[in-house]
Amino acid sequence: MTSPLEQKKIRITGPSVVTANRTRDGVVIYRTAQRGWSSRLADAAIVRTSDDARALLAEAVADDVGAIGAYIAPVEIKDNGEIAPGNLREHIRSQGVTIELPVPA
Amino acid sequence: MYAYDELDRTLINERVEEFRDQVKRRLSGELTEDEFKLLRLQNGVYLQLHAYMFRVAIPYGTLSSKQLRALAHVARRYDRGYGHFTTRQNIQFNWIKLAELPDALADLAEVGIHAMQTSGNNMRNVTSDQWAGVAPGEVEDPRIWSELLRQHTTLHPEFSFLPRKFKIAITASDHDRAAIRIHDIGLRLHKNADGETGFEVLVGGGLGRTPFIGKTIKPFVHGRDILSYVEAILRVYNQYGRRDNIYKARIKILVHELGIEKFGKEVEEEWQQLRDSALTLDDAAIEEVRSRFSYPAYEKLPHMPDELKQAAHDPVFERWRKNSVFPHKVQGYSIVTLSLKPVGGPPGDATAEQMDAIADLADRYSFGEIRVGHEQNLALPHVAKRDLPALWKALDKLELATPNVNLVSDIIACPGLDYCSLANARSIPIAQELTRRFANHDTAGLIGRLHINISGCINACGHHHVGHIGILGVEKNGEEFYQITIGGRADESAALGTLIGPSVPYAEVADVVEDIVEAYLALRDSPDELFIDTVKRLGVEPFRERVYATR
Amino acid sequence: MPLVKNGKIATDIYVHVADGAEIPPEGAIFVQAARFLENAETLLQRPDKVGVLWPNNRDLDELVSYLDRLAAVALVFPSFRDGRAYSQARLLRERYRFKGELRATGQVLRDQFVFMLRAGFDALDVKKEKDADAFAATVKRYTVFYQPTGDGRATALSRRTQLRHSESAGP
Repeated sequence: MTSPLEQKKIRITGPSVVTANRTRDGVVIYRTAQRGWSSRLADAAIVRTSDDARALLAEAVADDVGAIGAYIAPVEIKDNGEIAPGNLREHIRSQGVTIELPVPA
Repeated sequence: MYAYDELDRTLINERVEEFRDQVKRRLSGELTEDEFKLLRLQNGVYLQLHAYMFRVAIPYGTLSSKQLRALAHVARRYDRGYGHFTTRQNIQFNWIKLAELPDALADLAEVGIHAMQTSGNNMRNVTSDQWAGVAPGEVEDPRIWSELLRQHTTLHPEFSFLPRKFKIAITASDHDRAAIRIHDIGLRLHKNADGETGFEVLVGGGLGRTPFIGKTIKPFVHGRDILSYVEAILRVYNQYGRRDNIYKARIKILVHELGIEKFGKEVEEEWQQLRDSALTLDDAAIEEVRSRFSYPAYEKLPHMPDELKQAAHDPVFERWRKNSVFPHKVQGYSIVTLSLKPVGGPPGDATAEQMDAIADLADRYSFGEIRVGHEQNLALPHVAKRDLPALWKALDKLELATPNVNLVSDIIACPGLDYCSLANARSIPIAQELTRRFANHDTAGLIGRLHINISGCINACGHHHVGHIGILGVEKNGEEFYQITIGGRADESAALGTLIGPSVPYAEVADVVEDIVEAYLALRDSPDELFIDTVKRLGVEPFRERVYATR
Repeated sequence: MPLVKNGKIATDIYVHVADGAEIPPEGAIFVQAARFLENAETLLQRPDKVGVLWPNNRDLDELVSYLDRLAAVALVFPSFRDGRAYSQARLLRERYRFKGELRATGQVLRDQFVFMLRAGFDALDVKKEKDADAFAATVKRYTVFYQPTGDGRATALSRRTQLRHSESAGP
């Protein structure tokens, strides 16, 4: 498999984060500025340039044991500084399904 | 029911231990994700949006009550208390943890259930008619052959790394409930002029990006030759199927590019070399598998018991009976479909509590047996008619007696963007809204048989191409849009639907479907003409005119 | 890259001759398919063993007439996901009755060992040292097989019918 770094030229057009799933349980995680992972989008490192995005992704991909399927995802930074998912898919990943689960959590 | 013997049990236990070791090597970093991915896929483990998804095989759609309880146990212990029945006689759990998967598999292995080859580029779960063995007029029980094929395709040393996934379905009835024409290989069991059992073999059906209806490659292959014939098809495919482009790797593309005649010739040449080999099934081998299927000891029961006569006064019961209860080959018995399509619910989901309760009902009323159909409903295959009223009451309490089987709200839907990492758009909320629009069972009854199939992306897990009304989610400028087709069908007259007009945004899908149904009611020549027949008679145009006139 | 032959880690006596490189006058060699076909008769005159490295997308028909004089055939797994060489291996063993060394090369990983043995390979160029060390344990992992192949392992079906036969013939 070609790594996500080679797959396409990385170009971001707005604030972005690097996200993946945690290997041992599949939980959605975000790359933090402290070279770690967090399950909270609020903890994610925000990148604003393509170079930074590439570097953050490279760091994330290097952690093959801890995380799988790392990629760059768009976010929105609200006026109060809150980080919000940049599209519906990422919204669902960070907030959960848009339907009521058959068995409430 | 097929009873596993020591050998079957040994094999799946060996498989569990192998996977336990693979997971351990993955978690320790000895295996990279790139190396592990295929191994986990071969054990039914996908990565979805929120978590791993675990797909468990229910070969030819037959489950014992014990097995269903084990599925409930997995839902409760390792997942979030429910499971999702798919269009290919599998069940999926959406929140499984990789580290716990070996234990879940070991628990399932205890009751003879596995997840081998429910994903990956190998031969997938062999599916069949959910009414196999009980449908009136069936040639013979296709599960004998399904099981022979299940064994033959399990951990096959030559065909575990095919160009792409490979699906086989078998039916033995005139009315095809197994959707064999949209499978890589479809097998229709029938008898030749000499009364011998064999198969019409279809090849190259499939949905996805490039949908095709399967073509007949050989009108009759004797039962004893079925393994060698399937082997010949697979050998040709394994060597010549495209591996350069994932979207062109299915056998349907090879069949299409070569043409069925040329492809058939290649297979025939290979088969001439393979037939009369160790793959030939002698009577003893077939009997060996047949002997491990047990059949209920049916009683001699009246066609119309008193219990049923009395219950017929209750119109709610009657509506359910007429909708969800089907003729059985044995007098005094019925096949009962359990709708997993409650109004406002996600299609095909069942909670652990429901599964346990269904297992109990199966023990009480159906000789401990449950079936899973590709329409994402369950069935109890051997219910004495005298028990129908009591069964109905129990099912109703469990919300499993929605009288919408084969009606407009009996929707097939993939998990869509709520769960799936491939999806472009959501499927479940669309289905839920449609079930609410058509919640009135009287109206649904007047509309008659109508299958709506919804997929959240072009991979077509929701079989949208072959829905009478097909809905396909696409993404347009970051928004969810839906293409709508009409006129598809998945049965013995399988056909692909035709696009009715431009795609519509999420919020308008239910309106458009309502308009299509309105158009049908206005266009049908009598209440007996089904939706699909009206579309066939008139084509798409009159529907397009009515539905898109104001859009 | 360790070689596992007939179940044991073994020394590879074959020299893999790259295209364009000179053919050594002595010693066992593997040559590429095209080069072999061009010089087959000359090569087969050599006193030492000759093997051919056959790609997984080339028809075996061209090779068949030389099989009884070839010491080895090496088939290729460019990726462990590409299973074409399994078909070639079975054809070589089961249809063309090739008796020489049948070697798996390329991405040969632990989790495919059993499939490879069942398809007829008897020599594996194993990619990882650790996998080669685990060979014996790995291939013992499975004891039940459903499909008849040329490796002679009894299938589940044959074991069952035999069992049934001996039961019914019992005392």
